[in-house]
Amino acid sequence: MFSTLLAVLVIAAIVGYFAARNRAYAVAGDKLHGMHSLPSFHGANMAIWVAIPAFLVMCVWAVVSPRVIDGMVLSQYSDAVAGLSTLEVNSFLRDARAIAFGGIASFPNPEREAAAETISALAFANNVIMAAVIVTIAVCGGLFAWGRITYRARARHHVEGALKILLMVCSAVAIMTTIGIVMSLIFESIRFFGKVPFQEFLFGLHWSPQTALRADQVGSSGAFGAIPLFVGTLLITVIAISVAAPVGLLAAIYLSDYAGPKFRAVAKPVLEILAGVPTVVYGFFAALTVAPFFRNTGESMGLTVSSESALAAGVVMGIMIIPFVSSLSDDVINAVPQSLRDGSAGLGATKSETIRKVILPAALPGIVSALLLAVSRAIGETMIVVMAAGLAANLTINPLEAVTTVTVQIVTLLVGDQEFDSAKTLAAFALGLVLFCVTLCLNFVALRVVQKYREQYD
Amino acid sequence: MSKKNENGKSAAESGNGANGDRRIKMSGRKVNVFYGSKQALFDVDLDIRENNVTALIGPSGCGKSTFLRCLNRMNDTIDVCKVTGEIKLDETDIYNSDVDVVELRARVGMVFQKPNPFPKSIFENIAYGPRIHGMARNKAELDETVVNSLKRAGLYEEVKDRLDEPGTGLSGGQQQRLCIARAIAVSPEVILMDEPCSALDPIATAKVEELIDELRENYTIVIVTHSMQQAARVSQRTAFFHLGILVEEGDTDQIFTNPKDERTQDYITGRFG
Repeated sequence: MFSTLLAVLVIAAIVGYFAARNRAYAVAGDKLHGMHSLPSFHGANMAIWVAIPAFLVMCVWAVVSPRVIDGMVLSQYSDAVAGLSTLEVNSFLRDARAIAFGGIASFPNPEREAAAETISALAFANNVIMAAVIVTIAVCGGLFAWGRITYRARARHHVEGALKILLMVCSAVAIMTTIGIVMSLIFESIRFFGKVPFQEFLFGLHWSPQTALRADQVGSSGAFGAIPLFVGTLLITVIAISVAAPVGLLAAIYLSDYAGPKFRAVAKPVLEILAGVPTVVYGFFAALTVAPFFRNTGESMGLTVSSESALAAGVVMGIMIIPFVSSLSDDVINAVPQSLRDGSAGLGATKSETIRKVILPAALPGIVSALLLAVSRAIGETMIVVMAAGLAANLTINPLEAVTTVTVQIVTLLVGDQEFDSAKTLAAFALGLVLFCVTLCLNFVALRVVQKYREQYD
Repeated sequence: MSKKNENGKSAAESGNGANGDRRIKMSGRKVNVFYGSKQALFDVDLDIRENNVTALIGPSGCGKSTFLRCLNRMNDTIDVCKVTGEIKLDETDIYNSDVDVVELRARVGMVFQKPNPFPKSIFENIAYGPRIHGMARNKAELDETVVNSLKRAGLYEEVKDRLDEPGTGLSGGQQQRLCIARAIAVSPEVILMDEPCSALDPIATAKVEELIDELRENYTIVIVTHSMQQAARVSQRTAFFHLGILVEEGDTDQIFTNPKDERTQDYITGRFG
């Protein structure tokens, strides 16, 4: 019913558009030039008046009417549901609806079947009333807009205003979603901190999130000290950046100032392909190729390298973010005006002197922000670490050992069957909140750095 | 303005006979320049005389900037650019394979059309050249070089209290004089100027022109300009380019009062260009 009405509204809007446009042409006659709004604006105005108010009413109706129906059914069968718990009342309604609309009922009985008949009768009545109301509103809107198609009517302003509201709604949706996610993070975290003290989480040195499901369960200490995770994340990020920063930056310098146009035309897209490789592919590359290579190399040198090491994960993650660093830095370096290069060359500086002493200082803010963006990407990266760095929450800064990161722990906390109010699952929200705060700070700093020093060379 | 005009004139007049006899600092012979398949200069023969200001004039796209950029091999940075012929600085052919471009550019400095100070402090802008060429042994020497260069460029009094502030914060005219000071700081023998006043207002232009006239005592200057008045004011020798050909060159007075070629006549009287 809903979709049919929607289709009717769309068709009505389209018809209204053309009808209003033709009407506007008729009103204009041969003096189209002096008309305040072009006929197409009158058409759009008509379409808006036909479709939008009716659509809004329809949305509200669709949300409200099931509740009204439920209420009416319940009041009619108040004897049957008297003394039932909320869950049982819901089950009653669900079954009644299932019988009415052809689903599978869990406990069919005569009462529920009777309720089902009531529901279908009500639903039919509801549909008829809704259709009538919607069509009336659409027609009223159409007539209203039709009456306003005059020579000097300001349809253009109305359409522009409606467009502005549409854009505003879209941006509001994006912002509201973000706020909603943050709110959910915060509230769940608050619940978590109700079970585990704040300082224990932030400063505790032991991470072992297995909580006992039964009283006699062994091996479930339930320690939520997140320091090992932070250290692990930091370690892997540092390794990743110390791979990606020099390689990416030097590659960017080569591409922007040394490489010929032909090489550049090939190399840049190839580097960007690197950014398009799914992280899970990097993950098994790290786990199956790089980690064993490091282990074997380490063994041949007499070092003990665990087969899931921070080093392997960090290096592969570094490779993953090379394109970020190089592509962003390349853009920044290219944005340094040629006149500065000429000025330096004109003084007898060599290419590398020019790059070191003029280009890089001028491009530094952009490079810093590129690096910070790469860091926040590395911190948030999960798949590579899951596969290559292991799950053991060791508190260590030895890159040859297995470590784990915040994101990996969030994954392991939430996979499988879980209670959603245990400290274990709630810990994921707290970790998520920490991660969110850190990356937010990094992005904020990156933005500020760029703003502060941007276009200094102009 | 009027005073400087007289200065320019009297210098040109008094040196009128001597300009043609001054030692030749740079000379181009049969210089051809190609940008890919397009030829920008055709067999240009031109002498640049020592302690003179040589003005290169001509309509846009005539090759005057191209010729200027050949004189310190700035065209090397353009991949498709090819130069043939011979350009000598003193007795060396600068396009010879054993000439070090870095050394050449230290001897033949350049000032660009748009002021392009580095995004560094005023001090660092000037100190940049001496540093990369290892010209100062210690901080005191470097300080001295910077101050002297700023003084010679007539900028010292205006900026002496704010040498630590960014050079990009100066006004356009000050920035251009900063760029000139930066070029002077490496003690070049020749200074090339590519329309150095085209981005400046008339007052800043007057200051830069005055400066150019003073610099002539110690340096050989080649200036590309679109302004005929500027060429007449600051230069002793003028070369007129048209469509990649050097049409006429000679003493500035002669070019502007009694040009031999009809095209020169048409250009300086404003009939085209």
